[in-house]
This record gives sequence, structure tokens and C-alpha cells, in this order.
Amino acid sequence: MIEFERVFKRYPNGREALHDVSLQIEAGEFVFLTGRSGAGKSSLLKLIALLERPTRGQLIVNGQDTGRLPRRAIPAYRRRLGIVFQDHQLLMDRPIYDNVALPLVVSDTRFRDIDKRVRAALDQVGLLGRERVLPAELSIGEQQRVGIARAVVAKPTVLIADEPTGNLDHALARDVMNLFQRFQEVGVTVVIATHDLALVQELGHREVHIDDGRVIV
Amino acid sequence: MISPITYLMRHVLAFLGALGRLMRRPLGTLLTTFVIALALALPTGLWLLVKNARIATGGLAETVELAVYLRTDVSLPSAEALAERTRKRAGVESVILVSADDALKEFREYAGFGDAIDALGRNPLPHLLRVRPALEEADPVSVAALQRDLSAWPEVESIRYDSAWLQRLEALFAVLQALFQALAVVFSLGVLAVIGNAVRLEIASRRAEIEVTKLVGGSDAFIRRPFLYSGLLYGVVGGVLAMLMLSALGWVLEGPVAALSLEYGSRYNLAGLHPEEAGLLLIASGALGLIGAWVGAARQLKAIDPQP
Repeated sequence: MIEFERVFKRYPNGREALHDVSLQIEAGEFVFLTGRSGAGKSSLLKLIALLERPTRGQLIVNGQDTGRLPRRAIPAYRRRLGIVFQDHQLLMDRPIYDNVALPLVVSDTRFRDIDKRVRAALDQVGLLGRERVLPAELSIGEQQRVGIARAVVAKPTVLIADEPTGNLDHALARDVMNLFQRFQEVGVTVVIATHDLALVQELGHREVHIDDGRVIV
Repeated sequence: MISPITYLMRHVLAFLGALGRLMRRPLGTLLTTFVIALALALPTGLWLLVKNARIATGGLAETVELAVYLRTDVSLPSAEALAERTRKRAGVESVILVSADDALKEFREYAGFGDAIDALGRNPLPHLLRVRPALEEADPVSVAALQRDLSAWPEVESIRYDSAWLQRLEALFAVLQALFQALAVVFSLGVLAVIGNAVRLEIASRRAEIEVTKLVGGSDAFIRRPFLYSGLLYGVVGGVLAMLMLSALGWVLEGPVAALSLEYGSRYNLAGLHPEEAGLLLIASGALGLIGAWVGAARQLKAIDPQP
């Protein structure tokens, strides 16, 4: 469960990204964050990933008050979270196998488990058999799938994605969304920021609209 | 809970990763390691110099000796009697009587003053007693007491006792020792700076990888680990290279030193580093590498915050 309680976020340059946001996302829910570019969707996701901290207010994730989390506890917190980025953030000089394995390598996963889980994750995104390929040899849609495989390989309870279909055409975007739906079906909480309203309509999940840093109900 | 085997594997991987990255840029690694080796070899070389000088002069320091010159009118039999009397004195290890004739012969043979001595017509040299104090009595106070006693004898003309040069030698060693310590500190700081900088460059070139690793939850310790191994490798390899440099130097100096010691009538072999000294050098250089990497990495790694 993710709970924002009267959260404000103001950046050092003075811009207020989030204004008095209160929001509750239940465990296992599938939620779309919609709104124009710069409305505050990314800021909200960054707060969940602890890439940013709230200026004011409280953010509770899985019963944990993130404001009380010291800096050194952040890595362990992030290991329980799957994050998908619009620009995928892959290591371009490493085969996709290494990219997907990274979250397991940084955690305390045993080596014989790593191989099994990397292959399972690649299988889920339809890239099994191409482990040794470099990201640059893949299409943009496939690169995004590698990013998703990396996000889910450590079996997170929460999966967040910032414009995961931003660079994809409708058919590919639909494929990627289906993938996210399958993770939700097995109990993962999914939060996706997107401005692809057609897709949001099509899939019919809960939509949280953000405008100018405020949640519009 | 992480199992010990998994933990060990993490370290092996971090080590191999660091090794691989250093090998992939052979020239840069070689230059850095060479600078580190030089910085380690200089103070270590000075240490070896002091050590060898101590060994080479060690034999001299033990031969504290009073040269007791008798008056020229003392006859050989009374000189022999005096020698016997001195031998019986407490605190005397041995007495060697160098008669005026022996001294003259020696002088003639070694010094090449033959013609000059012939011109004198008679032997101008006195009898000499070479008195060596017992080792336990060789401290300056006891030797001074012995010297005072002997010089009170009417047959004794003068006593020469060269202790000053020994003390000067000892003082010189102390200066060199202090110089070694100062150099060791300065060059250690240099090694720290070189390794810290090398690690900073390595971090800068792998910034993207570090950011992504932080994004997926890599802890500071995990991210720092390969860089610490880089530093350790730099230090240890630099230490080994420093020892090789010193061995090469020893090999070059071997011939000249042998020739020099032969001039002094002995055969001196250069002393190198003992195994335990070599081990200490490697531990110290490895520790410098670790500390340098830690210092170089700490702030920079903290400054890299993932901003997707």
C-alpha cells in the first residue's frame, strides 16, 4: 500500500511540483497517473522511489514511513521496488542478461538462483534466447521490455513506471501495458505515469489525474 | 541473510572486475603503478641504505680500541712487561704489543715511506699497546676510566682513543633514519593522492553504471567495493614493482660494492629486504591503496545521485 498524506514537493529552484497531495493506492491495485507534462506525475513517482524526498507531508509505502528512512536504508528499500524508466536506463555496454541480473547481483541473491530468475524474467517479456545481445542491437520496444524484465526480476511488491510507452507506437504500447497487467494479476501493485489517454480508456483501470501539482478527483 | 559463500563470491567478482578493468587500460594502469612503485621504492631504498651501512660498519663499532703510545725511551722488555701488566687489569679484553720495529716494517710496506724512513737513520716510532676493553666494559665511561689509569703510568706518552667518529657515525645513521621516516610519510601521502586520483577517474568514467546500480538498489558498500579492490591492486602491484626496482638496483650495485669492500680488505654482500620486511612493504602499500581508494571514492560516490 502506498499512502500520500498532504505531501508537498518544492524543488530548490522554487518550482512547486506537488501541492497538498493526498492519495491512497491499495496493495495489488493498478493505477494510471495522468496529466500534462510537468503536471507532477514524475515527481510523484520519484517520491515513491525515494529519488526525491517530500518537502512536507508523509509518504507511507508498505507500512513504512519513508520520511523516517535514513539514507543508508534507501538501497534496501529500492530493492523491494521495481522501477521502469521512459529512457529505460540500461547499461549499453552490457548484454541484456547482465542488465536484467543487476538487481539480483546487488541484493543478496544466491548465484544459482540468479540465472534461473533472469531467464524467467526474460521469458516473461519474450526475450528468452537473446541473453547475450547488447541493448543497442534491440528495437526501442524490446529495450523497454528489458527495462521491465529488470524491474520485475527481483519480484518487487510495487512496480512503478514513468511513461513506459512514451516512445512506442500504439500496438507496442498495448503489448507493454498487457505485460504490466499480468504482473498486477499476480499481486503486484502497479503505478504507471502516462499521457496516453486512449490507452488508459482502453484498459479501464483507476486513473489519478494530476494538474499543476494537485490531484484532481 | 546472506550466506558466506555468496558473500565471498561477491568479493571474488568485485576483485576480478577491478582486475579486468585495470588490464583493459594497460598503459594508464602501468603509468599509475610505475609512479606508485617509484614513490614506494625511494623511502624503501633509503631504508636499505641505512640498513646496509649499519651492517657494514657494525664490525667497526665492536672494535673499540685504545692506542697506547709509550715514550720512545721505553725499551722492548719493559714494553712487554707493561703489556703483561695491562692484560692483568680488570676490564681489559686483550693487549697487543706493536713493537717499534714491527711498526716500522709495517709502515715501510704499506705506506711506501721507505726512502723517507731510510733517510731518518733511526726508528722514530714508539712501542704501541693496542688495548681492547672487554665488551661489557666498552661503554664510554669505563673506557674513559681505563684511559685515565693508563695515562698515569710514567712510561705512557699518549693515548689515542677514537670514539668520536663512532658517535658521529651513529648520529649520521640517526639523521638518515629520520630522513627515511619523513620521506616515508611524504611519499605515502603521494601514493594516497595518486591512487585516490586514479580511482576518481575510474568512477567518473563509470558514472552511468553507478547511477543505474543505485537506481536498482545497490548499496554504497556494493558500489564502492570494486573501486577499493582497484586501489588495493594498485598498492600491492606498486609494492611488488618497487621491490623489483630495488632488486635491479641491488644487482647493478653488486659489482661496485664488492670492489669497494675489497679495498677495505673484506667481502661485503649487499643485504636486501628480509621476507618479513618485504611482507610489511606489501601490507603497507596495500593499505595505502585501500585508504587512497576509500578517500577518493567516498565523496564522489555520494555525489552521484541518480536523476533519471
